Formats: sequence, C-alpha cells, structure tokens
Amino acid sequence: MEQNITLQIDNHTVEVAKGTTILEAARGIGIQIPSLCYMNLKDMCITNLPASCRICVVEVEGRRNLAPACATRCENGMKVKTSSLRVLNARKTVLELILSDHPNDCLICPKSGNCELQNLAVKLKIREIPFAGERNQLPIETSPSIVRDMSKCIYCRRCEMMCNEVQTVGALGAVNRGFISTIAPAFNEPLAASECTFCGQCVAVCPVGALTEVDHTNRLIADLNNPKKTVIVQTAPAVRAALGEEFGLAPGTSVTGKMVSALRQLGFDKVFDTDFAADLTIMEEGTELLERLTRYLNGDKDVCLPILTSCCPAWVNFFEHQFPDMLDIPSTARSPQQMFGSIAKNYWAEKMNIPRENLVVVSIMPCLAKKYECAREEFSTQGDPDVNYSLSTRELASLIKRANIDFNSLEEEDFDRPLGESTGAGVIFGASGGVMEAALRTAYELYTGKTLEKVDFKEVRGLENIKKATIDLNGVQLHVGIAHGLGNARKLLNEIREGKSEFHAIEIMACPGGCIGGGGQPLHHGNSALLKARSRALYEEDANKPLRKSHENPDIIKLYEEFLGKPMSEKAHHLLHTHYFNKAIN
Amino acid sequence: MSEIKLPQHKIDQLLEICDAHGNKPGELINILHKAQHLFGYLPAEVQRIVAQRLQIPVSKVYGVVTFYSFFSMTPQGEHPISVCMGTACYVRGAEKVLDEFKRVLNINVGETTPDGKYSLSSLRCVGACGLAPVVLIGEKVFGRVVPGDVEKILKEFE
Amino acid sequence: MSYKMHILVCGGTGCRASASKSIICRLEECLKDRALEDEVQVIATGCFGFCEKGPIVKIMPDNTFYVQVKPEDADEIIDEHIIKGRKVERLLYKDPEKKATVTDSKHMEFYKKQLRIALRNCGFIDPENIEECIGRDGYTALAKCLTEMTPEEVIDEIKRSGLRGRGGGGFPTGLKWEFARKYQSDQKYVVCNADEGDPGAFMDRSIMEGDPHSVIEAMAICGYSIGASKGLVYIRAEYPLAIERLRIAIEQAEQYGLLGDHILGSDFNFHIEIRYGAGAFVCGEETALIHSMEGHRGEPTTKPPFPAESGYLQKPTNVNNVETLANVPVILNKGAEWFASIGTERSKGTKVFALAGKINNVGLIEVPMGTTLREVIYEIGGGIKNGKKFKAVQTGGPSGGCLTEKHLDTPIDFDNLLAAGSMMGSGGMIVMDEDDCMVAVAKFYLEFIVEESCGKCSPCRIGNKRLLEILTRITEGKGTMEDLEHLRNLSHVIKDTALCGLGQTSPNPVLSTLENFYDEYVAHIRDHKCPAGKCKALLSYRIDPQLCVGCTLCARNCPVDAIIGERKEAHFIDTTKCIKCGTCKDKCKFNAISAG
Repeated sequence: MEQNITLQIDNHTVEVAKGTTILEAARGIGIQIPSLCYMNLKDMCITNLPASCRICVVEVEGRRNLAPACATRCENGMKVKTSSLRVLNARKTVLELILSDHPNDCLICPKSGNCELQNLAVKLKIREIPFAGERNQLPIETSPSIVRDMSKCIYCRRCEMMCNEVQTVGALGAVNRGFISTIAPAFNEPLAASECTFCGQCVAVCPVGALTEVDHTNRLIADLNNPKKTVIVQTAPAVRAALGEEFGLAPGTSVTGKMVSALRQLGFDKVFDTDFAADLTIMEEGTELLERLTRYLNGDKDVCLPILTSCCPAWVNFFEHQFPDMLDIPSTARSPQQMFGSIAKNYWAEKMNIPRENLVVVSIMPCLAKKYECAREEFSTQGDPDVNYSLSTRELASLIKRANIDFNSLEEEDFDRPLGESTGAGVIFGASGGVMEAALRTAYELYTGKTLEKVDFKEVRGLENIKKATIDLNGVQLHVGIAHGLGNARKLLNEIREGKSEFHAIEIMACPGGCIGGGGQPLHHGNSALLKARSRALYEEDANKPLRKSHENPDIIKLYEEFLGKPMSEKAHHLLHTHYFNKAIN
Repeated sequence: MSEIKLPQHKIDQLLEICDAHGNKPGELINILHKAQHLFGYLPAEVQRIVAQRLQIPVSKVYGVVTFYSFFSMTPQGEHPISVCMGTACYVRGAEKVLDEFKRVLNINVGETTPDGKYSLSSLRCVGACGLAPVVLIGEKVFGRVVPGDVEKILKEFE
Repeated sequence: MSYKMHILVCGGTGCRASASKSIICRLEECLKDRALEDEVQVIATGCFGFCEKGPIVKIMPDNTFYVQVKPEDADEIIDEHIIKGRKVERLLYKDPEKKATVTDSKHMEFYKKQLRIALRNCGFIDPENIEECIGRDGYTALAKCLTEMTPEEVIDEIKRSGLRGRGGGGFPTGLKWEFARKYQSDQKYVVCNADEGDPGAFMDRSIMEGDPHSVIEAMAICGYSIGASKGLVYIRAEYPLAIERLRIAIEQAEQYGLLGDHILGSDFNFHIEIRYGAGAFVCGEETALIHSMEGHRGEPTTKPPFPAESGYLQKPTNVNNVETLANVPVILNKGAEWFASIGTERSKGTKVFALAGKINNVGLIEVPMGTTLREVIYEIGGGIKNGKKFKAVQTGGPSGGCLTEKHLDTPIDFDNLLAAGSMMGSGGMIVMDEDDCMVAVAKFYLEFIVEESCGKCSPCRIGNKRLLEILTRITEGKGTMEDLEHLRNLSHVIKDTALCGLGQTSPNPVLSTLENFYDEYVAHIRDHKCPAGKCKALLSYRIDPQLCVGCTLCARNCPVDAIIGERKEAHFIDTTKCIKCGTCKDKCKFNAISAG
C-alpha cells in the first residue's frame, strides 16, 4: 500500500492518495480550480494533460513560479493557494491573453452557451480585453461532417490527442510554431483529403467553437415546411439515452417516448426507428457470420475470418484508409442508417405510393460520420441519397428548443410502424458490445435451432478497451472480440494482419463507449460518468422490451416475407449490402 | 492521392535514406535533414513518402517540418542569402543591411526572387561576431557589411 | 617525426570566414617550396578567442601572436620569422593604449585576466588529432575514474567542486548526476546539449570545434557515474564544422579504445551518437531537446518528471551543456578543492563569455567567476568602440537583461546577475553604447522570442506576442503610458505562468530595460523621440548646412539617391525618398548629419 499524502489547500488539510494532482485534490474538497486544456476520461484511460493553457495555475509555497494544478502532483506538507491575489491576477491575465487571440463573436458562435472558454470568461468576470493585437485568422473549412474554424482554436490539443492517441487516425496534428501554431491536417489540406474518418471525437472534446458539426437544421426546417415533401425520420438507439441531458434531465434518462412526440410536433410525417434497421442488420450480418463460420468449419481455407461489423461509418472509413489490404474482411452489410434509407425509399415509399423524389429521409444520429455516410455515392440512386441527411443529437435538441417545445412535459408516444418496430437487440446497438450481443442472440438461435434462455451477454458490455468472450454454439466455440475507439480497433486489426487473431467475429465502434459516446452527442465535457449512465439507459430499455431478439421482430419477418425473401438474398444483397474502397492516402 | 512528380531515382535515394535509419519514427529529424540535403527542400511529396516509409501519419511529418526553422517547404534561390541577426550583428547594424537586401531584391525574408536567383533569410549567430554584421551568400561570408555594400555584393553574383 | 616549430592557425568558424583556410594552404605551400615541411608543421586549431583580430596565427615555441593575417602574408611569415627568426612587426598586435606592439598573448590585455579551463585546449591543439589532446592530459581523468574511483566518488568530487550548469540554469552538476544515478533502469542516457541557440553566444561551438575530446571524455565520465552506456550529442545542424570535428573525435576515441566496449580494459562500455537540431531555440530546454531527439516537435513538458527520472525514450537521462562538460575532466584531474578555490562563494570555477557588440575586442573569453563587468568590458574588452560612451551590457541572451553603469563593479556570478535582474544564461555578453536604443533592444529580443516560442503554452505564445506589439507601438511613437503598465504586468504574469524556462525568462529584457531605462521608454511615448536616434519611425535625418562641406560622400553612398547637392556646396536630404538607413550619417566625416 502506497502511503497517503497530506497537504494544505487554501487552509483545508487534505489527505489524498499518492499520485493525486493538486487539481484532483482540490476538486475532491469542492474547490473548483478552473481548467481549460485538461481533460480526463478516467474509465477509458483518456487524458489530455499538456499543462499548456495555464488557467489552472496555483501558488505552491516555496516555488518560484505558479504551478499548473492539473499536472502538479501533491506532496507531503505542500501548501497550496488556489485563489490568492497573485493567482487570480495571473489567471485573469492568461485568460485575457487567450481571448485576445479569439474572435469573441460569441453571439453567433455555434458553441455559444456550451463553450468552456465562454464559461470561464463568465466565471472570471472578464469585462475587457486589454491586449488587442494581431489575431490568427484562418479560413473556415467545411467537410461533409465537420466544420473547422481555427480562428477560434485555443490550442488545447485535445482534438490532436483524440485523433492521434485515442483514435490513431493521425489526421490532425500540431502545425507551425509560436503564435501561428495551429492544429491542421497535413499541408493544411481539407479534412476530406486526409485520413479523417469523421468520427467527430475532435468535435466531442473541443472546448470552444473551433470544431463543430455541419448543421442541417435549417435545411430540415425548409423541408418540413415544403408541402410537396414527405419527410420521415429515423432515430439511432444512442440518441434516446442522451437527448434528455440537453433538457436538464439526469444523465441516463431514456427519453424515447418524449423524443418521438417531439419529432411529431416538429412536423415529421412519420417517426421511425433506426432500431428497426438494426434488427435488419442483425439478420443480414448474423447470416453472413454464420455462412462464413460454416464454410470455415467445413474446411474452406479461403474464407475470411474474423468477420468484422460494419455499422460504424467512421470505422469503415478507418479501414478503407489504413487497412486497404483487408477490405474483404468486414461484413458487407450496410449500416442500420443506410439499410433504413434503402428500405424506406425502395420498399416503404413504393408501398405508400410516394415518388422517390418527394420523400425526404432524415436521420437523427449520435454521430458525425453518419453525415458523411449519407453522402457516399454508392448510397444514392441517380443522385438521390437513400438517407438525405443526418442530424446529430445536439442538432435535434437545438431544433426542439427553437420550436418552443417544452420537452420535459411531453407525453410519451410510440414510433410509427412498420419501420418503427424494434426489439431490445436493436436498442443496445448504441453501446459498445451491443451489436455483438444482438448478433449472438440471433446467431445462437439460428445456428443451434434452440431457444436462447440467457439473453444477456454481460461479458461483452462495459467500457473496457478490448473485450473478449467465447460462446458455445452447440459445441462450436465462437470467439468474439469487441473494441471501441479506433486505437483499440487498430490493435485487433494488426493482429488479424499478422495472422494472430483468435477471433471469429469482432465488433468495432469508432467512438469511446460506442455510439453513446459519439461525436454528435451532448458534450461530455470530460465526464465519463455520463457515458456509463447512457449505456445503462440502453440496457434497461432492452430489458424492458417484450421482444429482445432481432429475428423475432414481426415487421422484420414481414419485410422478408413481402419483399426481401431471405437474408443474403439477391435483393437483400442489392439493397442492404455494400462494398469498400481503397482510400490509402500515401 | 498526391501526384508524384519527383524523379524515380531520387525517390529511390530517399527510400534508401529511410532504410538506412531503420525506418524508425525516432529518426524522423535525421531523415528529414538528409532528405532536405537531397532535394534542397521538403516538398509535400517527400514528406508523404517519408511518412509512409516510417508508418507514421503525414500530419506528424508536416508538424515536425513546420516546427523547425531549418526545414523548408519552398526551394531556395540559386544564391541563398542569410543575414546574421544575432545580437552582436544586430547592434552593429544588421537590421539595416537586411532592410537593404529586402529593398534591392524586392522580397521579404523567407522568399525567393521570381527568377529563382536569390532567396533571403535571417539567421541567428554564425559565430563570426568579430566580423559583425555578417552576411552569408551560399558558402561565402561577407563581414562588416553596411547597407551601401549590398548592391556591390550582389553584383558579384550577376 | 618531431617538428622544430609549429604554426598554429585559428580554424574556428569566425577566422575561417576570413580565409584562415587559405592561410593554412599558403603557409604549407611556402614551407614546401623552401623544403621545410619536415621541420615546421602547420596546425589548424580551434578558436583562440580574440576574434576581433582574426585570423590569428601563432608561432610555437616562441609564442608569437600574429593578428589579422592574410593569405599573402604567408611568405613573409615563413621567410622572416621561420627562417630568419625575425618577427613580422606589422602583423603583431598593437596595444591601443600604449601604442606598443605586443609579441605574445600572455602580455596582451585581452588575455591577462583570463583563466582558461573550459577553453584550455582551444587554440593549442589540432582538434582533429587525438594524440595532441592526449598530449595535454586528455582522457587521463576518464582513466582515473575507471581505475581508481567508484561512480559515487566521481559524483562526490563533482559535487564538492561546486560546478554548476553553464547552459543557463546554474543547477549543481553533481546533484544532477546523483539524481540520474539514483533511478534504476536497464538503460540510461547521457545527453550533451550542444544546441547553442542564444544569438550571440558561440562558446559551445568553439569548444566542440577546438577541443571535442574534452566533451567526449566528460560524457564517458558522466556515463560511468550515473550508470549509462549511451551518450547522445544534440548539436545544431548549423554548426557543420563542429559536427565534423566531433565526428572525427568520436571515431578516433573509438580507435583508441577510449569509447566503445570495455573502455581501457574495464567493464565500462560507452557509445556516443550525434543527433541534429533543426533550428529551434526552445530545444535548449532539456525536455524539449529530448522530444526533438525522439523525432518529435521540440515542445517542452512539465517537470516533474525530470529527465533524471524519465527522459530520452522514458529512460533516466542526464543532460549537460557543452561548457559544463568541458570542465569535468579538469576537475577530476586537479581535484574538487582546486576548482572550488576559483570563483565566488556560490559560483565556482570560470565562465566563458562571448563578448561582442560595441566593444573593441570582440571575442571569446573565459574569466574566473567573480570578475567584474568593468574588468571584462574595459580591460579584456578594451573598452567601447570608437570612443563612444558605454550604455549597457546585455548578459544571458534572450533570457537575460540589460545592466548599466551601476552594475559595472558587480562581480559576475550566477546569483549576482540574477539579483541584478539579468542572468548568466549561456554566456552571451553584448555591449551597447550611446547609439543603442534600449526599447529597440528589448523589441529585438522579443522578436527573437516570438519567433522561437514553441507556442505550446498560452502565456508564452500569446503573451510575448503582445509584449512585442506593445514595444513595436512604442518604438513607432504610438505607445501610451498605460502600455508601460501592461508591459510590466504582462511580463510578470508570463514569468510566473509560462511552462518552460524559455517563457519564464523571456520578459527579462523588457523588465530590465523598463527598470534601468524607464526614461527612455517615456521619451518614446511622451516626446515621440528616440534619444539614441535608432527608432526609424521617430527619426528624420538632416544635414547641417553649416557643417556640410559638400564632399558628396553621403550622396554617393546613399542607396536610394535621396541626397541632393552640388560638390563643395551644402547637401540636403529628400525626406520623401529617405529610407532612414543611416548610411549617410555613418559615412559623414564632418558630423554634419544628425538624426532626431
């Protein structure tokens, strides 16, 4: 046992474990030392600790200079002052400096109201910026998913850390030196020309308005007001677990019914559920898994195993860029969003007699890569995308607020049918391990012909970086692996490349925690408890569903009967599967 | 993505440099030094090739290239002019000399004349403080330069 | 083969710039022509230090010191001095005070007060020949350590000597070694910081060029002490000559079994590699240096952890600067007590300074700690150039400050300089005269800092930029008295909050000039005048028709033809054309041109 450390912070005597920083120790006793660049998602081992913004500086007795509380470890007998005159003056001056290189156009900034810099300016009561001078003014760059307005960047390096260390994508990096330092893709090229996967994790951690999502709310309002158009919406599972946070509800409050009701009030003609398509995905992907597995067990040497999930567009982008030699390994199944779009425009529209050009399919996603995915050419028919565009959870929240809807007092409503019917298996797609668990529920029953008694596969749940499980399918030991975060995915992919992978099937989600931690979700501001609460909400909803296996979804069964035939049929192939491209940059 | 315009034999030499350093990411700066020696500057293509060979993101290579003032992404002039702006040269009037080069060549520091003949840079202390202010053109050193000498000096390179 | 005579020619960068290489060639040709090549040897040495009078040629054994030698002087040196034994009078140094020629360096004011420990071999040996180094006790300290001393004893000796880091910080070297020794690891590293970045300091380069073996030997000793088998020299790529000599020295040391495995038959292995800097002043900071050596952007990180715990490749690493290392072998040879007997109470030994600026004897000097600024400037430096008035001396480079008349009798050491508002830094010492504007000097350093700031932390990235902007406004006559308050507050906050040593010291030039030359700031702001006549925006040049004799010299030298006038008639300046370069004023022999 390491010994505890006793120190004094602002006249409080504090005892902390060895290795605790001054910032943690102070926050532990309710002293909120402000910080800006610091971020710590402890459960996921994601830390940003450059100690570079110098907002959290404190006075440590005996030290010549002020010390950054975030990076200074407590020592026995230390005497710390967190708000002496010297500290307050330094902190204010540093903030004034940061603001002197900032546009300060808060009124019209997409981050207004949710900006860590703005909050800090409020807290420190900044009333003037005495150091007017040159500012870094850089052009705004818009990619399919992400808007980069680097004039607003405060160089906290969180995005760089997410992109390089957590995601190992390496699209963004520090560029230049000194005053003109910034974060950019190589050669300042557009994000779309880089290895960027549009996972949006940079956006999720940006404390200011430098990295934000492409906003489609105005486009949606226009479509909703166009009498010629039938506008339908699908909502991804993770959205319902986080949307409530934007309306002051406790993290982990599932708001499915209210969300449906709000979407109807906004004027959508039909409110459907991506969970329906998630069940469909399981039918296709599960069947593909079983087919590959059977071939493998029958001694087919050419079969590609493990099979990798393909629901996550950022992940698809990642392997297209970084593992172009392995394009035949992922499942060819389209993502639930795209399956939904394809079924909506090719099956439902026909059934409802709506001409394709008059049908607008919108998706609400926890994700920014989904915006990009909608725009992929292979998901369009004669220039008309299957899913016209995608909005993030945050955009939906802003739309609800704009429409003066009192979200918290809404009655709960149900999704429309048939594309709104789903099982518990579809719901858990939103958490890391959920797709695998859903697939196992179906694969088990399809493969063994037996009823699965224990529906919960708890071993694949949780925030552990890489999860492993072995499932007994009538004597066949099925090894599955789950990774969330692209850095973890890379590890599993490298194993496959080296022929060392022990798995038959692997689920990968680009974002830490899965879609619940997606780049389009309400900002977690470094609080990983939020992610845990969201995941809990999804598993609760699953547990309360009458049907919990995708293949039991009555509307899915009907869809196959009426239209698709069977999983992996020619029609299913045409409408629900895809192919991948080599996008290597170098 | 990028169009490779470099001649193949030069690319081969570049790959040899990377190989000679074991293709280790830790050797990046040493490799870039040699690459710049080989090409005279570090165009995007060179950085992409190095990144690929070392299996690191090209944004990282670009980040390193833009951090260090020794690395350049623009080709230097035929006669690179460096005016020492070390303190010793500064107090002996180097700024005026630099201004005069800017005026005569009509370029700024870090730029090359349109004909590609001269490029202008300032550097920090060549250690010939006894000769301050000092101007380097290529390998040639000019000491105790005054603004009035500038046109005369440039005539040597006509 | 033993030679009767040696001709030592300075082969340092400064003298090379003035054709010392051609002098060597010419001397060798002359010797050959006269069939003397077996009797007289020409040696290219490192820097003699007296750069003002370079290129220097020294004849041994009679110790004759020739200054400002040109290649065409070679014949005369050989014919007169070597063959006939007659000194070439016109090439000897003339004492400006006594107007008498001085034949050897010992009797020159420039050298009298110097004590050369770190520079002991510079100018005495051929740095490309390890034998010459060994002939002057090279590697005996290493041998002594390996055969007679335990690592702890070596560290103790260094600790007792009182040696402090010469790179700027002044941290006790022995203590640093002790920390690095304390941490257990399968691999440790010794790093030599040769990324001399102070614009106006070149002592590290001179040591590497003139005596690379002293650094190699010290690194090996350090390695033995802390338990490291690997050394890395991080050296500026802009120092090609130093790199070349270092490379040769490492090779020779390896051939002689003084580097490599089983050094001198012991169990101690030590290998040295060279890493190149790429032009970033911040890499002088040890954590930034380490990141740079690892192939990253040279950005510093917070300490702790110190490199002694987690440095290069996260292994315990000891970083010392070149000059610090150069002292180590001497300390072990002559003993800690001898070293500690030199200097002041808390600063032991000597310090090398690059003396430059408006001073008569520009050069590299080494003096005992405790020597006063006055002794350095007036005795060694020979006073201010062109009889002008001393105004300030800047020590410590961009991290240091400007000291004035009142500091001249301060004994130079780490603590005194710090107390006076400057610092030792790496040892740049720039002398300024009445023509230098202190606001402009502060601005000059801030320009440097803004260019060299890595940008990582906000106070340094933005704060220094703002300081520079304020200073620029003041030099353009657009400053306000409020700006002075901003300068002061901002400077203090930057010092207090910046992440690394660069930022923590970057406002020193501002603070020290504000402190010592407040009136000059006020003159710029209130009177829109630059008292030194340096700030262009506040100047206009004028020719006094009473004093102008119409010699046309100014008009002929004006780069923009802004001076009009007939021969033998008073000239005048067309202010619309004038670019305020000051050439006319410098050229005028009649003091007819004034700026103000």
